[in-house]
Amino acid sequence: MSDILIKFLLASGTLFIMFNIAGLLTWVERKQSALMQDRIGANRASIFGFKAMGLFHAIADVLKMLSKEEFVPAGANKFLFNLAPYLSVTFALVGFAAIPIGNQLIMGARVIELQAANLNIALIYIFAMMSMGVYGVVLAGFSSNSNYAFLGGMRGAAQMIAYEITMGAAIMGVIMVFNTLDLQQLVRAQGEYLLGGWLPKWGIFVQPLAFILFLTAATAETKRTPFDLPEGESEIIGYFVEYSGMKFGMFFLADLVETVLVAALMTTLFLGGWQVLYLHPDGFHFPWGAIMTLPHLAVVGLGVLAFFLKVSFFIWFLMAVRWTLPRFRYDQLMNLGWKILLPVSLINIAVTAIIIILLR
Amino acid sequence: MENPNEKRRQELEKYFDKKGPFVFLRVAQMKRAWQQKNRRELTWWESTYIPTVVSGIWLTSKHFFRNLTLHILHTVGLFKDIPASATYQYPEQPRPLAKRLRTRHRLMKREDGTPRCVACMMCETVCPARCIEITATEHPDPNVEKQPAEFILDLGKCVYCGFCVEVCPEDAIRMDTGKLDTSEYSRESMIYDKKRLMEE
Repeated sequence: MSDILIKFLLASGTLFIMFNIAGLLTWVERKQSALMQDRIGANRASIFGFKAMGLFHAIADVLKMLSKEEFVPAGANKFLFNLAPYLSVTFALVGFAAIPIGNQLIMGARVIELQAANLNIALIYIFAMMSMGVYGVVLAGFSSNSNYAFLGGMRGAAQMIAYEITMGAAIMGVIMVFNTLDLQQLVRAQGEYLLGGWLPKWGIFVQPLAFILFLTAATAETKRTPFDLPEGESEIIGYFVEYSGMKFGMFFLADLVETVLVAALMTTLFLGGWQVLYLHPDGFHFPWGAIMTLPHLAVVGLGVLAFFLKVSFFIWFLMAVRWTLPRFRYDQLMNLGWKILLPVSLINIAVTAIIIILLR
Repeated sequence: MENPNEKRRQELEKYFDKKGPFVFLRVAQMKRAWQQKNRRELTWWESTYIPTVVSGIWLTSKHFFRNLTLHILHTVGLFKDIPASATYQYPEQPRPLAKRLRTRHRLMKREDGTPRCVACMMCETVCPARCIEITATEHPDPNVEKQPAEFILDLGKCVYCGFCVEVCPEDAIRMDTGKLDTSEYSRESMIYDKKRLMEE
């Protein structure tokens, strides 16, 4: 019984944190873009005179969206039309279940893995869920009974299929190096050290090319600039033209949730997840010989903190990319996906395999 | 291999004289041809997008961290003279106006408080938007002869050309109040009468 309770608390806690980060991202996006462009950013919404650096704009946005008209276009398939935003958000959110946010927590006789679902196929599960996200896009475009939305959905489907393959091929190298699909095991395997204990065996150092490929493909997966062809709010009009109110808000939220998911996934795969540099289960073991012992709770806490710091870094980076680069043209996008990224990722698999066999 | 653009340019040169109405077209055409001729293929490294992506993110990140640091320092109270943003916070911090900028009108007064305007109808005549409407009446001072009984200026129609100021022989109307934000809830309240114009 208490096992189920702990699992439930863990799952709801993860969901709560990730959902809140995603909600906060609307504010982060506004403020970060403002700072990058020498502006101030949202700073007007206030409650009793408190502005809190524009934080209330996130609440004001949600209230605005909730109070708007729910519009269903004539001739739309009402069921699919209403289903699409839920699919988008749900499949983006359930991915977090398999992300390990910390090492195992030992309380008395009980060992708690800080991961909502200890799947031994966690990686495949996350990829399956991320691929399901494309159904939200396609259904939204398909059921709207609008040519613009339909074209946007088609663009989205083409793009996500193209980049999903690269994404899968890019992590093949990581899987081969660490020899596991279990994300918790994968993070634990990244706790080893290379070069006489100085360089951590993180994915980014073992598979640098896969990191760049995955970063590109994952950015495309979040459907944000420079890969925002499915959306293209102002010019080419995306799959959610016909959506209004909170249903549009859900697509918007799905993008941000996917940003967090991709950041968490990149942290887990390439930046050592909850691993802190030189931190072992009993404390710090520095490569120059110094040892600093720490209590178990502090070690686990540092791990969780490190995980969220790394996730924040990747979120910052994805936002910086989103507010720096212009959108790709459609042919450039397809060329990049099929002609550059996919062959390079296949070469990466081959080279990794050869090196692994040679080192064996 | 022959450059197809070069060939096209030579063909086009037949049709255009060195002088004549198409000279601008021809200049543009030649410029484009020059650009085409001197166009450089992207190198292998450039075509991976990596150098441009990195330099772009480097530039925006520089701005981000500079402004973030300045914002934090401002809240502590340091370096207040270095602005962290290039924008004006409009209603609280209006943008400085140029000295000669034409802004909302005002009617000048004599020393006794009556308008300087002598109702000569020059501004009403010259106004291209026809937004001024003057009703003349007699001035108590026989040396002045006339004054406006009513001076109506419709800011909803005004195009801020400043002709009324240029044409006024008495320097009675000026556009130097520095007020730009003429926003009202109705068209009627955009119509300024003599009293409102002399308040400024």
